[in-house]
Amino acid sequence: MSMYLGLWHYWVVIVLMMTGLWVVIAKENFVKKLMGLSVFQVSVIMFYVSMGKIEGGTPPIYLRTDDGGVDLSAVYSNPLPHVLMLTAIVVGVATTAVGLALVVRIREAYGSTEEVDVAEADRAEEERLQLATRGGAP
Amino acid sequence: MSALPIEIVLFAFLLVMAVVVGRQRGLFSAAMLTGIFSLLSAGLFTVMDAVDVAFTEAAVGAGISTVLFLATLALTDDKERRPSRRPYFAFVVVAMTGAALVYGTLDMPHYGVPDAPIHTHVARYYIEQSYADIGLPNMVTSILASYRGFDTFGELAVIFTAGTSVTLLLQTKTVLGDDAPVVPARSRAPYVREMPILRAVTKALLPFILLFALYVQAHGDFGPGGGFQAGVIFAGGFILYGLVWGPGALQRVARARHVELAMASGLLLYGAVGVAGMLLGGAFLDYGVLTPAHPQHGQHYGIFLVELGVGITVSAVMLIIYFVFTVRHRPGVRPS
Repeated sequence: MSMYLGLWHYWVVIVLMMTGLWVVIAKENFVKKLMGLSVFQVSVIMFYVSMGKIEGGTPPIYLRTDDGGVDLSAVYSNPLPHVLMLTAIVVGVATTAVGLALVVRIREAYGSTEEVDVAEADRAEEERLQLATRGGAP
Repeated sequence: MSALPIEIVLFAFLLVMAVVVGRQRGLFSAAMLTGIFSLLSAGLFTVMDAVDVAFTEAAVGAGISTVLFLATLALTDDKERRPSRRPYFAFVVVAMTGAALVYGTLDMPHYGVPDAPIHTHVARYYIEQSYADIGLPNMVTSILASYRGFDTFGELAVIFTAGTSVTLLLQTKTVLGDDAPVVPARSRAPYVREMPILRAVTKALLPFILLFALYVQAHGDFGPGGGFQAGVIFAGGFILYGLVWGPGALQRVARARHVELAMASGLLLYGAVGVAGMLLGGAFLDYGVLTPAHPQHGQHYGIFLVELGVGITVSAVMLIIYFVFTVRHRPGVRPS
C-alpha cells in the first residue's frame, strides 16, 4: 500500500472530477449542470498542475544570484502545464458564459431550466406536429 | 511522499465544497459556493507552485464566473427542482469511470518526482534556456507569449469567439449598436443604491483595482501576472462599478460599441505583431527580427505587445458578456 501513497493527490483530484461528472449527468437543472462542469474543469486543471510539481521546487520564476544573474541550479517546477492551464481557465469562463447564454435562451423559449420540462415540451410539440400533418392530408 | 498539512486541509474543504455545490438546491447559494470552491483551488495551485494559474483562477473563478452565474439566475430560476427519478445509472457510470481513472494512475510517476517523463522533454529546455533566449525572469510568460505564442493566439481567438457567440445569443437591440445608455426594467440595483457604505467603499477601491490590473499587465514579465489575469481584473473593476451603480451607469462609462471594438482590436494587435515578424523576414510570431541588432529586445517588445493584445481582448470579452447578461429582461417582465 505504501507504494501507492505518492499517488494520493491524483486520487483526490479524481474524486473531485467524479463529483463534477455526477452533477453533470445526474442533476436535471441546466444551471446546476454548468456548475458541475466548472467543478470538473477545475479538477482537470488541478490534475495537470499537480503533475508539474517537483518536490522541493520553487515557482518557475528565476531566482536571482548575488552577482545579478539568474540561478539555473535551483529546482523549478515545470512551467509548461502552468502555461497551458492558465489560458484554459480564461477560455473556460468564456465558454461557460456561452453555456449560460444558451440556458437563458432555453428559459425564454420553454419557460423552464429543467431538463425534464424541455424534453416534455419537445415531445408534445412533436405529437402536435404529427397530428397536424395527419389531419392536414385528406 | 510527504503530505503538507495545508494540502490536506485545502483538499478536504475543496471536496466538501464540490459536494455541497452538487447537493444545494438553492442555486444562489450554490453559485456563491462555486466562488469559494475557486478560491480554495487557487490556494492549492499556489501550494503546487503554479502561481500564475492560481492568480488566474482567483480572478476568474472567484470573481467573474460567480457574477455570471448570478446574472444568469436573475434571468432564470433560482431554485432547482427535486429530481424526477433516482439516478442509479448515473451513479454506476460515475463509479466505473472513477475506478478506471484510479486504475490508470497506478503506474503513473508519483507526485513531485523530479525525473517523471513530463519534466524530461521540452520543459527542461525551457527552464535551462529561456533566460538566455528571451531574458525574462518569469518562464511562464516566456513560454506563453513567445515559445508557444501561436497556441496562445488560438486561445485568444477562442475567447473572442465565445464573446461573439454570447453577444449573438443574447443581443437585444438596446445593448449594442445604440449608444444611448439603457436602464433595465428589472434590476436589483435600487437596493444597493441605498447602501452608502457599499458605495463609498467601492468608490475608494475602484482606482486601486484598475491600477492593480495595469500593474499585473506590465509586471507579468517579472512575476506572476500577464495579459490574461490583468484583463480579467480590469474587467472586474468595471463589473464592480456596474454591480453597485447599475448597468445603465456602467454603459455611460464604457460604451458597448467601444468595448466591442476593443474586443476585436486586441486580437488584431496580437495577429499584427505576428505578421510584422513575417514582413521583417522572420516566421509568424518571431519577435527576434523586430530588432535584428539585439534579438532579446525584440522578444521583449513582442511579448509586451502580445500581452497587451491579450489583456485588451480578455477584458473586453468579459465586459461584453456582463453587458448582454445584465441588460436582457427576464421573460414575463416587460419593460414598462
